[in-house]
Amino acid sequence: MRAAVVVFPGSNCDRDLAVAFEQAGFDVTMVWHKDASLPAGLDIVGVPGGFSYGDYLRCGAIAAQSPICKAVVEHTERGGYAIGVCNGFQILTETGILPGALLRNAGLKYICKTVGLKVATSDSAFTQGYNAGDVIGIPIAHHDGNYYADDKTLAMLRDQDRVAFTYAENPNGSRGDIAGILSENRRVLGMMPHPERAADVGHGGTDGAALFRALAGVLTPA
Amino acid sequence: MKARVHVMLKNGVLDPQGEAVRHALGAMGFDKVTGVRQGKVIDLELADGATEADVTEMCEKLLANTVIERYEIELV
Repeated sequence: MRAAVVVFPGSNCDRDLAVAFEQAGFDVTMVWHKDASLPAGLDIVGVPGGFSYGDYLRCGAIAAQSPICKAVVEHTERGGYAIGVCNGFQILTETGILPGALLRNAGLKYICKTVGLKVATSDSAFTQGYNAGDVIGIPIAHHDGNYYADDKTLAMLRDQDRVAFTYAENPNGSRGDIAGILSENRRVLGMMPHPERAADVGHGGTDGAALFRALAGVLTPA
Repeated sequence: MKARVHVMLKNGVLDPQGEAVRHALGAMGFDKVTGVRQGKVIDLELADGATEADVTEMCEKLLANTVIERYEIELV
């Protein structure tokens, strides 16, 4: 199985994400933001956390226009799998791959702590290793994690069972307590919490490892 | 030609920074402020031949996120 992790200037979770993929059995290639294509035969692409391009203008806005992101969009349009974590989630919304946007936290503070995350659906390659309703401990580390979508979009996400994770206690003002959402074909996951930071005993928690293990079981290249 | 683009959060989208400014103004004794919205102003220096349609395209594709923001273009 092959995974690629995109590296932007300002990414800081790229290696953590690569290690989490590797521990689940993936061969991982790091892909530079100026590259115009992804490696052939790829099973999944990871868009990591950090502060791409300094998060100038809006978080993820400049990254979404980078050459590699055009390739990521094409990959997902072909039905390829992708996961965006934190800044990666912001980038996926800025490209339009996922609906909604991430606003400044309602309390204005940067929040860095482990939170309780409720698995809202187990019906995806990413979440099938959990049971719906499970509460897992996953760290968040963000200033702009306040998920916003209009009423119509929120209703659509709920009707299509596309909310992947919600916060047990809403830390940032996200509408519907939403922490992570799926694309319509359920092959793209965007989430603010960091499963790659809870994937090894050395992290102090391993609740995120099941996400990567579950992925390793089901992927097909696009 | 120059263009000035004003980008504001849409009405109904929570603006926590604007709210913080409103609270601060209230604490300073400016008790007649009932609401604050904070936005961005982006000045563009444009070469000859650039049109308002070009600036609109820039706003739609990059300068504003129309999921949460609205924009106004002022040609100077």
